[in-house]
Amino acid sequence: MSDGEQVGIVLVSHSGAVAEAVAVMARGLAGGGATAPVAAAGGTPDGGLGTSSELISAAAAQVDRGAGVAILVDLGSAVLTVKSLLAEGDELPAGARLVDAPFVEGAVAALVTASAGGNLDAVEAAATEAYQYHKV
Amino acid sequence: MTGEGDHVTDQKPDRILDSDFFRRWLTVAAAMVEREAGRLTELDSAIGDADHGSNLQRGFRSVTAELEKESPAGPGAVLVLAGRRLISTVGGASGPLYGTLLRRTGKALGDATEVTPGEFTEALRAGVAAVAQLGGAKVGDKTMLDALEPAAEALGASFSSFSAAAEAAEKGALATVPLQARKGRASYLGERSIGHQDPGATSSALLMAALAEAAEATP
Repeated sequence: MSDGEQVGIVLVSHSGAVAEAVAVMARGLAGGGATAPVAAAGGTPDGGLGTSSELISAAAAQVDRGAGVAILVDLGSAVLTVKSLLAEGDELPAGARLVDAPFVEGAVAALVTASAGGNLDAVEAAATEAYQYHKV
Repeated sequence: MTGEGDHVTDQKPDRILDSDFFRRWLTVAAAMVEREAGRLTELDSAIGDADHGSNLQRGFRSVTAELEKESPAGPGAVLVLAGRRLISTVGGASGPLYGTLLRRTGKALGDATEVTPGEFTEALRAGVAAVAQLGGAKVGDKTMLDALEPAAEALGASFSSFSAAAEAAEKGALATVPLQARKGRASYLGERSIGHQDPGATSSALLMAALAEAAEATP
């Protein structure tokens, strides 16, 4: 990154607990010290299960340093809400991108790459590549 | 209206649709959602996560509250505003899907202060196409599109008869019963999704019924 800014990561899950826990885990596995900014946007504002466009927009604004924001999602309305926010044009920072990746593995790969100074394309590639990590 | 076949004549050729018409459509839709929320949630409890009625209730309440405060200039702006509210407040997949339907339809109408039924028909087709693209579903997948696509087709084939659209949507929703779901949470059920009416197609039929009712109430 020429300007030294890091890509931000947003984790969108139907569950606030899942999004928070994956963020904590990704920070831990990304190695101690300062990591790239990562924010959880899980569940609805009242703590229920679901997807909130307000929480997603707020999380994206929080981690945006001008180098782009990689958004990872779990399923269903999380995918559709981010897609429709991106289509809207003004509710997410410029350079926000929905990244096609497995949620947990992709979050770790994305944060490691972003923390190492990778640009948005590199972060996206690393997160998507996590699909290739077969367990059996 | 007395039955099928009369649709061709039920749309006044010189009818003009203004902001008030589209506000009425959404207000009637909100009232129908209030009335049918229990049934929508019940259908959703069979093959989904039992929140479709309450999610849409929250979304359409927010739409009507916003429309009471704001006076968007023109039909397009009314629909764009309603679409944004649905995306923000529904909380389930139907939020971005219905939000996209209304927003894309509204954008296609542009900033005209009045539109013809023919222009609305074209705009709604664009909205339905955007829903298909967003969700990646097609007719027969047991989704909203099973009601919306036939409704848009009926509009095109009937000189924009809203009652023809409502009837086609209702027929499409009923026809989802024997289908196996191929999109969304219901698709995880595989063959067990057969035998239940799709909640999304059902609420889409309500939206089209609201359109016909709004037109009847328009002088």
